Amino acid sequence: MNAPLFSLARLDWTIYLSWIGVLAVLLIPAGKKEAIRWTALAFAAASLVVACVGLFTWAPATGGSGMDALRASFKPFEVTLPWIPALGASYHLGADGISLPLLVLTGVVAVTGILFSWNQENRVKEFFAFLLLLVSGVYGVFLSLDVLLLFAFYELAIIPKYFIIAIWGSTRKEYAAMKLVLYSFAGSSLVFVGIIALWAKAGGTTFDLLALKEVAFATDFQVFCFPLIFVGFAVLAGMWPFHTWAPTGHSAAPTAASMLLAGVVMKLGAYGCLRVGIFLFPEALTAYGGFWQLTIAVLAVIGIVYGAGAALVQRDFKFVVGYSSVSHMGFVLLGLVTLNTVGLDGAVLQMFSHGIVASLLFATVGRMVYDRTHTRELSELRSMRLVTQLPFAAVVFIIGGLASMGLPGFSGFVAEMQVLVGAWQHFPWLTIITGAGIVVTVWYTFRAFLTAFFGESGAGGEHLEPLPPITWQERTASFILLALLVLVGVLPSILLDRIDASAQLFINSITQAIP
Amino acid sequence: MPLLPLLAGVVGMLLPLSQRRLAFGLAVGALGASALISIGLLLGAVQAGGEAAPVVVNFTWLSFGGSALKLGFVLNPLTAVMIAMVSFVALLIFIFSHGYMHDDRAYARFFAFLSLFCAGMLGLCVANSLVLLFLAWEIVGVSSYLLIGFWHEKPSAAAAAKKAFLVTKLGDLGFLVGILWLYGQTGTQLLFDDGFGVLEDAQLQSLRAATGVFFGMNLAGVLALLIFCGAIGKSGQFPLHVWLPDAMEGPTPVSALIHAATMVAAGVFLVARTYPLFAADPMALDVVAWVGSFTALLAATIAVAQRDIKRILAYSTVSQLGFMMLGLAVGGVAVGMFHLITHAFFKALLFLGAGSVIHGSHHQQDIFKMGGLRGPMKTTFVTYLVGTAALAGVVPFAGFWSKDEILLSAWHQHAYGPFALTMVASFLTAFYMTRQVALVFFGANRNVDEHGHAHHAHESPLSMTAPLMILAVFAAGIGLVGTPWANLFGHFLEPRAEHAEANLGFMAVATVVALAGIGAGWALYGRLAPKSAGDDPLARVQPLYRWLEHRWYFDELYATTVVRLLRILAQLAELIDALLDLAVMAISGGLRALAQAFFWTDEHLVRPAARLLAAAARVGGGALSRLQTGRVQRSLSAVTFGATVLLGLLLLVMFAR
Repeated sequence: MNAPLFSLARLDWTIYLSWIGVLAVLLIPAGKKEAIRWTALAFAAASLVVACVGLFTWAPATGGSGMDALRASFKPFEVTLPWIPALGASYHLGADGISLPLLVLTGVVAVTGILFSWNQENRVKEFFAFLLLLVSGVYGVFLSLDVLLLFAFYELAIIPKYFIIAIWGSTRKEYAAMKLVLYSFAGSSLVFVGIIALWAKAGGTTFDLLALKEVAFATDFQVFCFPLIFVGFAVLAGMWPFHTWAPTGHSAAPTAASMLLAGVVMKLGAYGCLRVGIFLFPEALTAYGGFWQLTIAVLAVIGIVYGAGAALVQRDFKFVVGYSSVSHMGFVLLGLVTLNTVGLDGAVLQMFSHGIVASLLFATVGRMVYDRTHTRELSELRSMRLVTQLPFAAVVFIIGGLASMGLPGFSGFVAEMQVLVGAWQHFPWLTIITGAGIVVTVWYTFRAFLTAFFGESGAGGEHLEPLPPITWQERTASFILLALLVLVGVLPSILLDRIDASAQLFINSITQAIP
Repeated sequence: MPLLPLLAGVVGMLLPLSQRRLAFGLAVGALGASALISIGLLLGAVQAGGEAAPVVVNFTWLSFGGSALKLGFVLNPLTAVMIAMVSFVALLIFIFSHGYMHDDRAYARFFAFLSLFCAGMLGLCVANSLVLLFLAWEIVGVSSYLLIGFWHEKPSAAAAAKKAFLVTKLGDLGFLVGILWLYGQTGTQLLFDDGFGVLEDAQLQSLRAATGVFFGMNLAGVLALLIFCGAIGKSGQFPLHVWLPDAMEGPTPVSALIHAATMVAAGVFLVARTYPLFAADPMALDVVAWVGSFTALLAATIAVAQRDIKRILAYSTVSQLGFMMLGLAVGGVAVGMFHLITHAFFKALLFLGAGSVIHGSHHQQDIFKMGGLRGPMKTTFVTYLVGTAALAGVVPFAGFWSKDEILLSAWHQHAYGPFALTMVASFLTAFYMTRQVALVFFGANRNVDEHGHAHHAHESPLSMTAPLMILAVFAAGIGLVGTPWANLFGHFLEPRAEHAEANLGFMAVATVVALAGIGAGWALYGRLAPKSAGDDPLARVQPLYRWLEHRWYFDELYATTVVRLLRILAQLAELIDALLDLAVMAISGGLRALAQAFFWTDEHLVRPAARLLAAAARVGGGALSRLQTGRVQRSLSAVTFGATVLLGLLLLVMFAR
């Protein structure tokens, strides 16, 4: 039933290629830094190609809307192998229109992240090995159709994170790494309890997501178990008030890790909320007059406005971008709990879009600015008038910033608009407050942009040592990210057709469950 | 058609800065083609007459949840008039810019931005979908940001650009909410869609039926007001007018393009475009009328006390936009749009004239430091005079007809409050324009630097004066298409509506008001002695003058209220974060204390106990060792013991299950 190992239908190669990449990097002598970089890049790029092929070969199943259609939508890339038969856990992988864009995103961020880490000189070998290991875990989560397997990959993605930040990070790196890991594990333990509970409740025979879906969980159990899983995953998605790890962690991490952290790891949380929490326990959201739905929506909107507000007063350039991630992930969470197709489409597209935007902004701040000036304090950057020395960085930052504001023509606009349209149906007032968050986004983006790159009058950059010029790796990676932002902004249907097909099946499957 | 400038803009931005000629050719070529097409479309529409049904093209942009989001284009008389005006005026401004920006390093980039701007503007005019309109609206916003902040070496320019973007974005918020609400309510955001568009009867009926949404207004009215928020931001109406005058930091052709003919008019156009929604609720129109007329007066009073030639024009623009809003509210689409069109020509003329003056007098912008320019700058002087006459409302220049129509409609609609406000505003308009002309072109040259050397002004090159002359012709004559005797314009836009009759007595009153303003201005400034440079006779009327000079202290008011409030909230967010961190630290501290407690028990209870057991084992081992020859190592015995206990526990657990 599995497709042959060497065929285009084996998306799991994204995981294996990353593992082989880890091994390959470890086998190269530590002195050959250039070879290590190229190897890492090659394997990341190969995974990206596999993911892209998957995206473009997957066709939404036509007709049908029930469980059968849902199962069928995973079929093209399904892989099933025995794993722990005693527990009912299997190595069950698959992908649909929701996971495919995220797989592509992971590949893009990995490739550009490696390009932006080309200047990493310290323990290069270990750095790229950890990076690829992290990426493999991310691929695994997006492909898992088995709850325990998903959880295992999820943990696999978190552990390298600690080492990357603690070893290669900057400013309070140990503190940040520890904070990140503690938060993650606190979330994970909630999730783990939830998973065990649902496994036991379902008879202790299977961890299979699709099989569990067909178990009719009692409403009370759903209401008990849902918050464990949703909140547990949402910690990693940066849901307010569990977000404070995010700015600290993002800021301390080296550039590629910030990109991966904000770009894809935060999406793991949101993906878990969606794939496990909402998928299995939809009734929990609507029970008791929609208590959990409203609560999460309120928390999401607080996150949007609050993150934007906090970004406005940061003194560290990277913290600005860190808080903006909290704000943008609020849109994802808001979209998830709308429980309608438009909102869900928007949430998934926002995951993709924010992944690109956050990568771009972190790369600008971390690689282009910090690695050259060795400061991220806005007050110090202010006197440098970086625009004279790094016009490229300024242009990339402002385009990324405009995309982050959700300006039409960029992917963020389509995503945020769909989330707002979806949210309007349930909570018009929250939607209006969200709008206020967008205005603050404009404000903090311009504040950071003008202070960091334009600075004060008279204080020309003449006292400054000439900075190293922008490298071709940085240019290439920036162009890839910018091109994607515009491409998806102008032709959203290349992703949205796929997302929408799966989102409809998803919403159908949960509305059928809700009495 | 908007695609042409868009392409030119994108290509232009990718060009290296050295490709000046190519950039200019590309921009002008693309826009020229657009202008030709637009004028062709206008002529076609005129031939078809105002009764013809709008031409609509819709297509699906993206689909979700079984429904589709469509975009589309529409061509009706309103569109045709607007695109023809925009592309034609913009073309003249492009040509003017060639002369004005000739020495600028980033000349090529400038034209790319201009093209992008025009693309957005034209897109906005032809959009048949609120989403597409919003998209173009934002392109206009971004490119105007780029253009205002074009001289980013000047911090004031960068700050002004940011302010412009932020303030207009605030208005856009209302607009966005309006679109969302409308979409949520009707399931469509197309304006015309074979009877199902939001501006067509079926949807309007249902929107009108939903009453009592907000202060007794019906839903159509509420939606109209939300859309009006966007217009307030873009068109610089009170209370969001503060960005427009600061935006004068951009190059002068930009001011002419953005702040005279196009971008600021976009707000007015938006109201005109969605007019059926406004018309569905008289209260919505009342709000528009009051906002418009108050803005008209407010800005006119401020303009009286400004010294910067461009700022005066900027406030004048704000004021005239207020007139247009009032015109829409009391007279309908044709009345408001007529003033928009005439204003576009004469205000573009004035801005370009001001640009020519600034260019000719070595970038001096303070009108008290000019004077006597009528000699050296003849063409500029004459054309500027035409523009002034048009703006002040002198018969038979363009502004007279359109302004008169607005005032007359207000009178007929019994909107006496707004009518009175705008009457005073038109008096002030004539006054401040006379003040400006007198100070700039008459009297003696006061442009003296600190060493006492006088700067001698020179006339601008032909690429700058030619557009001035063309615009002057239009500023003088365009009003004739909308005179009350033969209101071609009104019939074209609103074939079925009734148009105001000619009222000679009313015209006489309006003329007297304008002449009174001019007379007062001339009396005060006409013979200003060269020595009193820098002294405004009005400055004797303190504290009123200072109040006006500081623009009613609006900037200060906002800085101390809105801006500070937001900052405090943002600080609050950071504080909460610190508290959350503290809570986490407390929890982890508690956990650590617990761990310490475990460690302590381990150290003081478990380990002694283990030692005790080990000792017991040793005794036992000793006993055994007596039987055997070898000695059992202490550590090994401990390990054995531990393993035994573990095994025992394991067995216990297994059996317990």
